[in-house]
Order: sequence, then C-alpha cells, then structure tokens
Amino acid sequence: MSTLEIKDLHVSIDTEQGNVPILKGVTLTINTGETHAIMGPNGSGKSTLASTIAGHPRYTVDSGSITLDGEDVLSMSVDERARAGLFLAMQYPVEVPGVTMTNFLRTAKTALDGEAPSLRHWTKDVKTAMAQLRIDADFAQRNVNEGFSGGEKKRVEILQLELFRPKFAILDETDSGLDVDALKVVSEGVNREHSKGEMGTLLITHYTRILRYIKPDFVHVFVAGRIAEQGGPELADQLEAEGYDRFTAQTPVEA
Amino acid sequence: MAETTHTESTPDTAPDAEVTDLGDLDEKARLGAPAGAVDRSRAIDGFTEEGESLSTGDTGSEQLGLKKHSHGNAPVIPEASRGERRRSFDIADFPTLTGLEEDWRFTPLKRLRGLHTEALSASAPAVEVTGAGNVTVETVGRDDVRLGASATPEDRVSAAAWNAFGDATVITVPQETVADGEVMVSVRGTHAEASAQHILIDAKAFSKAVVVLDHQGSATLAQNVEIVVGDGAELTVVSVQEWDDDAVHVSSQQAKVGRDARYKHVVVSLGGDLVRLTPSSIFTAPGAEVEMYGLYFADAGQHLEQRLLVDHAVPNCKSRVTYKGALQGDDAHTVWVGDVLIRKAAEGTDTYETNRNLILTDGARSDSVPNLEIETGLIEGAGHASATGRFDDEHLFYLMARGIPEKAARRLVVRGFLTEVIQQIKVPALEERLSESVERELAAGNL
Ligand SMILES: Nc1ncnc2c1ncn2[C@@H]1O[C@H](COP(=O)(O)OP(=O)(O)OP(=O)(O)O)[C@@H](O)[C@H]1O
Ligand SMILES: [Mg+2]
Repeated sequence: MSTLEIKDLHVSIDTEQGNVPILKGVTLTINTGETHAIMGPNGSGKSTLASTIAGHPRYTVDSGSITLDGEDVLSMSVDERARAGLFLAMQYPVEVPGVTMTNFLRTAKTALDGEAPSLRHWTKDVKTAMAQLRIDADFAQRNVNEGFSGGEKKRVEILQLELFRPKFAILDETDSGLDVDALKVVSEGVNREHSKGEMGTLLITHYTRILRYIKPDFVHVFVAGRIAEQGGPELADQLEAEGYDRFTAQTPVEA
Repeated sequence: MAETTHTESTPDTAPDAEVTDLGDLDEKARLGAPAGAVDRSRAIDGFTEEGESLSTGDTGSEQLGLKKHSHGNAPVIPEASRGERRRSFDIADFPTLTGLEEDWRFTPLKRLRGLHTEALSASAPAVEVTGAGNVTVETVGRDDVRLGASATPEDRVSAAAWNAFGDATVITVPQETVADGEVMVSVRGTHAEASAQHILIDAKAFSKAVVVLDHQGSATLAQNVEIVVGDGAELTVVSVQEWDDDAVHVSSQQAKVGRDARYKHVVVSLGGDLVRLTPSSIFTAPGAEVEMYGLYFADAGQHLEQRLLVDHAVPNCKSRVTYKGALQGDDAHTVWVGDVLIRKAAEGTDTYETNRNLILTDGARSDSVPNLEIETGLIEGAGHASATGRFDDEHLFYLMARGIPEKAARRLVVRGFLTEVIQQIKVPALEERLSESVERELAAGNL
C-alpha cells in the first residue's frame, strides 16, 4: 500500500503583475485503493494542485510538503516523479510535434519501468487498451495528440493511465469536453485500472456527472486555494443540488 | 527570445489565385476540387502554419505578357518571375553582391570568406569516387564540351565557380545500366582558401543509380553540380554536408530531367559555418517525377540555407518537395525558399511543397518562404505548406511527466521529426551514419 501525502501546501505563480499566491494551505492524504474527488469552481486552484504534484515548473512551492511513501516528491524532477509512480492526466494535453504515439508510448513505458517492455506483449497491450477506449488503431501512427479532438486527447490520457499503471493517478478534469458515451468509456478505463487495487485516484472535476461513473470515497470542496469542506459521496450530491454558491459566498474575494 | 519569421509570397503574377488555408500539412490541396472542399487549417499546438492552394482559373495571361519584355540588361533584382532570373556563364552579368538581392537577402555575405569577391584560385577539395563498378568516372579539363551543356549559372557565385574551376569530375551512368552499388563521391576539404569545383552527373537514358556527394573537412567552396537525368532514367542524388565547423559552401545543383524520368534529390546539411545550397529541378519533357527532400540541423552560429526551384516547363510532370529543419542554440539560422514555377505549357502539373522547422531553443531563427507561381490553370494540383514550431516547455513537461528524462525527450522529438527525410536516402549505411550525426548534434547542443 502506498500513501501520497500533501501537507499545508502553499503555491504561487509568477505573473507580470508579480507573485500571486494560488494554493493557501492544502492538506490531503490519499492511499492506494481510495478515490478522492476534488470539486471546485473555475479558478479555485484545482489544476494548480495537480500540476504542482506533477512538478510543472511554472508553480513555486512556498511552503508545505508532498511525500510519496515518505519520499520527498518536491525534490524530484518531473520525470522522477513519474517514475516514482505519479501520473497526471492533463486538463489540456499538448500536441507534441514529430513523435508518433507508438514511439512515445514505448519510450515512456521503457523509462518508467527501467527496461523495454517485451515487444510482443506490449503491442498486444496497446492494441487491447486502445480498443477498450475506442481509440482508432491508426492513432498509433499519428503524432502525440496532434490534431486529436478534445475528447480523443482525454481518451489518450486514460490510455496512458492503463498502460503505465501508476501508483497514484491525478485526473484533471478528464470529464470536461466528453460526450456521454466518451465519458462512459473513459470512466470504465479509470475503473478498470482502479479495480486492480494498486492505484489511488485523485479525481478533479467541476461537475458531478463523472461521479455517476466513478464512485469517490471522499469528496473535497476546493475554494480559493484551499479545501473548504470535505465529506463522503453525499457531499457531491449536495453540490449537485446546491452548486458552489454556499462556499464562494463565504470566501472573501481576493484583492 | 527566438524570432520566427514566416514570410509567404503569393506572386502577383497569379492575380486570380484564391488563397485558402490548407488542411493537414501532409494533405494535398487539389485543384479541381469543388470550391469550399479544401480542408480548413487545423491549428497544431506549437506550430504556426500557413499553406495555400490555388484554384483553377486562367491566371496565366499577365505572366506571359511580362515574359516578353523582360530581357535585356535589366538588373537581377527585382525579378518579376522566378523564371526570369538571369542565367549566364559570364560573371559580369551578375552585379557585385550587396545582400539586397532577392536571392541573397538572407545570406550573411561577410561570412562567405570571399566566395563572392575573390578569385577562387585555391585548390578545390579532393574528389574521390568509389562504389559502383559499372559507372564511368572521369576527370576532365575545362574544355570538355559536356560541361555546362545542361546547366547555366543563376547567380554570381555560381558563375564565378564556372569561370574558376580547374578539372571537373564527370560521373556517367551508361544507358540502360543499373549501377551495381551506390556511387560515393567523397569531397574532402583541407584548407580554408576560396576555391571552385565542378561535378557533372550524367544518368543516361533508362539507367538507374544513387549518387552520394559527401562533403567533409574544411573548405571555402563555390561549387556547381550539373545533373542530367536522361529519358526514363532513375537517379537519386544525395548531397551531404558534414563539413568542419569553419567551412563555407555555396553549391548550385541543377538537374535537367528528361521524359518519364524519376529524380530524387536529398540534401542533408549538418556541418559548416555557412552552407547555401540551390538545388533545382527543371523538367524538359513530359511524364517525369521529381522528389526533393532536405534535412538541416543548425547549431549555435550556423547559417544553413536552401533555395530550391522546381521548374515545370512541360506538361504532365509531378513534383514533391519536403524539407525539414531543426535549430538549436544562439544565432542558429536556417533559410528555406521553395520556388515552384508552373509555366504556361505545363498543363497537368501536379506539385506540392512543404517545409517544416522545429526550433529547439531560444535564440534560433528560421525563415521559410514557399513561393508558387502558376501560369496555367489547367493543372492537376498545386499547393504548399510551411510550418515553424517550437519545442517548448509544455512539450517537454508533457514528455517528462511520462517518465522520460529531459535529454531523451528532446532526442525523441528531433529524431521523430527528422527521420522522415533520412529514410528517403535508402542507403542503409548512410542513413545510419546520418542518424548518428543527428544524435551527436543534439548531444553537442547540451540539451
Ligand atoms: N499562468 C498563469 N498566469 C496567471 N494566472 C494563472 C496562471 N495559471 C493559473 N493562474 C490563476 O491561478 C488560479 C487557479 O488556476 P487553476 O488553473 O489552478 O484553477 P482551476 O481550479 O483548475 O480552474 P478550472 O476549473 O478553470 O480548470 C486562477 O485564478 C488562475 O487565473
Ligand atoms: Mg483546471
């Protein structure tokens, strides 16, 4: 069993207007087998949390800690974090020129495992995972995310989740931009992986609809850079009915 | 910050040309497709992309008009049409270069080490030809009548080289002969004084050969490579520039392409301080197909320039141009200018040219100028695309977030990007060598 522990995390970004604090003391612990949903209004800092865990250079950690089974994640480079078992399914996956999906997936798998996957099994695994996520076989020969639709990009993120088998998956609004069918397909992918019992999931979302397919154990409401309230799945139902008004009203607007 | 300029010229000699965004880079915009059926541009992250396709319609008359009265002692610049560029063996026909000329405007003349001003009287790099046993190799004097029979200089340096070279190397693939191996032409420079060189590659009718010009060492070289692709012949010419860091190389590589011939030209420019290649393919009879590929990788301070011309002067020929460049380091500069000319007579032409550049670091600059002139509407297809992309922090983050270390991530991108061109060479040993060279370039960039 693994534990991802975030303690009193303060994060800021440098902008043209100077340094802007975004996360203002986030504390959260996720264990293998658990699904945590982070819900919150636009701009509340959800992506900032996700990107900070993954190590995006834009974000500066001012204080607090992130550890994975006691190891200091913040001192690891981006690739080291991935190799330690963290996976971020991005809200806006970028298009990478010049690299085919096939080549990318194999290179990443090799880097993550420290050895090249057996070609025969790997090819089969990729094909199977693609078929399950209803990704056209010819995507394998296309450049990473190049020309993919929003929904296709999200499927490809989950494809990687299933192939790379991380200890912790952070899904940043994987549901946005998906129609109902795609949402189901993608959710099934996450559930398939989760059901193996070797992964903890941090599911970031703005809306509750994905929670019909992926059942959270814990729900955290994220407002203005901190967790405003937490509870069980029932909190999501409450949000569905009431929206975020109750929370945003409480929070003084930043100058 | 890196500067990326993208210029695009739609000659006003094609006044009715309709300019539309082009779809996929690899997709061809078809003339004759119903209006509106052309794919719209799809933006690719990190890529600025431009493309153009031209609709059918009679766009030729003005061009013809221009043609009739543009001879005489007109200056080389400005040129109304690429087809009107001065061709001459007489250096006096080309005014002293100022850098303002259309075809020299990107070239840093100061770094030519005198190629445009000096006598080019030093000894030329040594030429050694190995490989095929059934191909004729001769060293001939200036007076050999075959020299200059099929290519006339188009710029001052080329004309200077024509007037200054000593012996020439003539490589002949006899009629109906399939070369029994690759013809490796090693060109080794040993000093930095300005010199001139002439090489003639003559692929006779129905012959088949691959000729590799392999430039290495140090040199300041003005070179004319004259290429004849006979009727029904199949010729590949690969020009590899793996010069030492100080080398300056200006090379005109003109090919005359005969009836039903197949000609492939591949440029690989990696080494040298300033390399400027002007490859051209001139169709002389119908039914021929030309493919022109290029790969260039500029490091800090390097200037790699390629200006090509495809001259569709006769009906029913096909051309494809694909050039790809990578840049890294301060003041790495690449230039690609692709002139495609479809003359009035060239009905049934099918042409597409594309140039893609990948900027890997700040401080590098890539110029890309596709240029399509069309004098007849009765063609199969004509299009071009040009895209300059940056490998930026977001790309890097994405790959690293999948466990791939930074250096490997950059290698992955560049290798993937450039492999397409290397694969066109079809000489396994050379492909391998060049792949390794590209890796070394990357490593040298400390990326
Ligand atoms: N590069 C940036 N420059 C300026 N401000 C930024 C930048 N990145 C994030 N921010 C600001 O930080 C705050 C948090 O942004 P973040 O993307 O983390 O929010 P979010 O909760 O993921 O929102 P959404 O639901 O829209 O995805 C916002 O106010 C946003 O404007
Ligand atoms: Mg977000």
